Amino acid sequence: MPSVTRLLDGPAVTQTLARMAGEVVERSGTEGLVLVGIQRRGVELANRLAGIIEQAHPAANIPLGKLDITLYRDDLSTIGPRPRVGETSIPVELEGRIVVLVDDVLYTGRTIRAALDELADFGRPRRILLCVLVDRGGRELPIQPDIVGLLVQTTLDDRVDVAVTELDGKDRVELVRGGPV
Amino acid sequence: MAEGQRGRGAEGQEVPTGLGKDLVGLEFLSAEQIQLILDTAEPFKEVSERAIKKVPALRGKTIVNLFFEASTRTRISFEFAEKRLSADTVNVAASGSSVSKGETLVDTARNLEAMRIDMVVIRHPASGAAQFLASRIRSNVINAGDGKHEHPTQGLLDLLTLRDKFGKIAGLKVAICGDVLHSRVARSNLWGLLKLGAEVAFCGPYTLIPREFMQLGVQLIPRIEDAIAWADALNVLRLQLERMEAGFIPSLREYNRVFGVTRERLQRAPKDLVILHPGPMNRGVEIDSDVADGPHSVILPQVTNGVAVRMAVLYLLAGGGPDWRQQAAGRRQEGGGADE
Amino acid sequence: MRMSDLLIRGGRVIDPSRNSDGPADVLIRDGKIDAVGRNIPVEQTTTVIDAAGKIVAPGLIDLHVHLREPGFEHAETIASGAAAAAAGGFTAVCAMPNTDPVTDSLATVGFVVRQAIRAGQARVYPIGAVSLGQKGEQLTEFGELVQAGAVAVSDDGKPVRSSHLMRTALEYAKSFGIPVADHCEDPSLAQGGAMHEGLVSARLGLKGIPAAAEEIMVARNIILAELTGGHVHLCHMSTRGSVELIRWAKSKGLRVTAEATPHHFTLTQDRCEGYDTNAKMNPPLREAADRDAIRAGLKDGSIDCIASDHAPHHYDAKEREFDEAPNGIVGLETALGLGIRELVASGMLTLPELLARMSTVPARIFRLPGGTLAVGAPADVVVFDAEQRWQVRREELLSKSGNSPFLGETLQGRVESTIVGGRVVYQRRPTN
Repeated sequence: MPSVTRLLDGPAVTQTLARMAGEVVERSGTEGLVLVGIQRRGVELANRLAGIIEQAHPAANIPLGKLDITLYRDDLSTIGPRPRVGETSIPVELEGRIVVLVDDVLYTGRTIRAALDELADFGRPRRILLCVLVDRGGRELPIQPDIVGLLVQTTLDDRVDVAVTELDGKDRVELVRGGPV
Repeated sequence: MAEGQRGRGAEGQEVPTGLGKDLVGLEFLSAEQIQLILDTAEPFKEVSERAIKKVPALRGKTIVNLFFEASTRTRISFEFAEKRLSADTVNVAASGSSVSKGETLVDTARNLEAMRIDMVVIRHPASGAAQFLASRIRSNVINAGDGKHEHPTQGLLDLLTLRDKFGKIAGLKVAICGDVLHSRVARSNLWGLLKLGAEVAFCGPYTLIPREFMQLGVQLIPRIEDAIAWADALNVLRLQLERMEAGFIPSLREYNRVFGVTRERLQRAPKDLVILHPGPMNRGVEIDSDVADGPHSVILPQVTNGVAVRMAVLYLLAGGGPDWRQQAAGRRQEGGGADE
Repeated sequence: MRMSDLLIRGGRVIDPSRNSDGPADVLIRDGKIDAVGRNIPVEQTTTVIDAAGKIVAPGLIDLHVHLREPGFEHAETIASGAAAAAAGGFTAVCAMPNTDPVTDSLATVGFVVRQAIRAGQARVYPIGAVSLGQKGEQLTEFGELVQAGAVAVSDDGKPVRSSHLMRTALEYAKSFGIPVADHCEDPSLAQGGAMHEGLVSARLGLKGIPAAAEEIMVARNIILAELTGGHVHLCHMSTRGSVELIRWAKSKGLRVTAEATPHHFTLTQDRCEGYDTNAKMNPPLREAADRDAIRAGLKDGSIDCIASDHAPHHYDAKEREFDEAPNGIVGLETALGLGIRELVASGMLTLPELLARMSTVPARIFRLPGGTLAVGAPADVVVFDAEQRWQVRREELLSKSGNSPFLGETLQGRVESTIVGGRVVYQRRPTN
């Protein structure tokens, strides 16, 4: 029987995002910053972070990018019954910029590897930072986040579900332990 | 034949995308499968707008463009689709008839399999040639036009182009004009349009329209003026010189005078018609230049969509292709005994 | 040394030539039917065939087969074809002349006759060509061909295009009492066609052969039969329009006879789905209404007889694109099984009616010996199990070629023994 643990509820998500936004500015400033959200949910989170940063720094204008990494995955045979290749759009030149990749959950690291490959096809930023809402451990590649909302230890049987208001009607992070996915 | 319906791969396994191993035609695809391909084509349009027009999705896959009929535009379109997916491609221009000269299609198939080619894009003058190849080799087979039977990627890109223009296919009135009898483009369009809920009419001389299609609910509109008055979009087929020589029509001149899509005829249209053409065009025969180059024409968007649609098809099929490692492992197991 | 007597005991003897159907024994002596009756006494030297539960009938006769020899021996030879015929219950077949060289001379007719004798299986009666080389230009020497053993003339696989030549052939053939068998096809309508012109050909993108292509020539031949008073035999009828025309011709008392193949009373154009070249033949498989009309024609006699149009092709030849594949399927070993499954088991024909169409009537219309179990007739007999269901397997076919759409299908009616001239030429080995 799977057990569900609420890790973050709505207000906690907002608080966490506010802290993360602060860390982003601490690490990189607002000059030349680009937030690139990874489909799905990373896009919505990037949007929120940009909003928070712009509220604190009204002069800053943070461009937002979207990245769908489906075409850069290393496992063609598991693309699923109805592969949804989402939108990719990088609205600015990346040369000389600081790119903050935003995703909801960091697990094996393969999604980020694919995202790095894809970004490289768009240009050569000065620097890339990785910002994730949840780091659930279980890395299969040497990839580490720079800014983390929540760190959680999980096993193979676990699942971390992130819901965002824009897509799912509410903000929530849950850990589902054991039982079928 | 029903591979696509059941979504089975090369070894009979359930295939993730449900398109199966091959794309032989649109006749036996479901509306869902067609929608999947069209939806998947959208992000590939974006890839073609990038500075680096490449994604690594098919990296390491080998694809052969096996063209038994000369065709520059379709072949180039497939080649770009393949290269933009990072696949390795080889173009083979083979002789047309297996009886008259060269290797038989059976031997060609066996050779391709022996070289562990992952995907084959085939264009051939005989109807059924794509199916013939698909049922004999483990590689994915994509039909780039077999005789008069089907040209599924053309049908798909026409659908995508219509969808871009109208937002949907259901309820659209599309008239396919010209030599339907000999046209694989007409057949693929017919299946795609019917499955997605459009109304289809054929317009042309009775000698070039198979009456049997009326049994499927297709209208026959004998006069081009009436087709123009009825339709939301015209798909104008190329009329070939051979039809005149074979006696189906008396002359190309008469064809243009009676059935040609001209600016004058379009001006009397009750609404803004969209004009498609699979190319290459016979300017002044089935379509006049000022129509082909005019504001109603979506002929160039068709070409752009062609690359995106072909990328989508290759991408969706590649997941269900052969696993050569399995074949090799299986053989090593079998042959092991003899070596000991 | 005298051949020993043969007694076929305890079977149900059906002889359409004498309208008899009932339990009886058949005694064969010196290669002829010696007696048919109940409880015929057995002598010590008599070989007995136990036919309990089986049907005993005159050996089947196929008026239309292609044995491919000389010229195409990789697909079939006279020997392998005659053996396949015997396995199918046929004691006689008529071999079409489209060989290489064409059977259009004394020498070539004689060759076929001799090869058949050497094979010692079913009898093979050659059909000579109508025109030299089947070119449709000049008549062959009908007299010589008949003298050498030809029983009819035909230019089959091709039609006799020229109405003048057909007329002349019909008139000339009268002198020798032989029919002219025509493959009815208007070449200009049929040219390049690969299957029936209909919805299936439209969907598959294949050029079609309209029913009209056959009916036009059927009408022409009927009219020429009337003009000349000659006997025209219409090969492999396939359309409902043809059946109607033949009905009309017979009602006028014209000397028009017709045959139809088992595949034309069984299959339709749908069999071509998936571009299966084993469904490709000429005339093509047509619509359900055509198939049904053929069956009705066999019932009311508009179609006189069943003929297989056995057309062997090597596997490689058929293993190609549909357009490129040659026309034809083998049929000798499946004809009876299809006849019983499709026509008798369905109640359309009785077993005696079927046997009439496969034996007595073919003999009569081509004036061949056989088709009867009358005392004194040649002992050409078939013994078969009319109830047994069996699966068609390539490796069990005796023909050199296996190009059949019925592979893997279950038929009803299996031959046990075939006797030609009092000699058992085929005996089915019991399977496990």
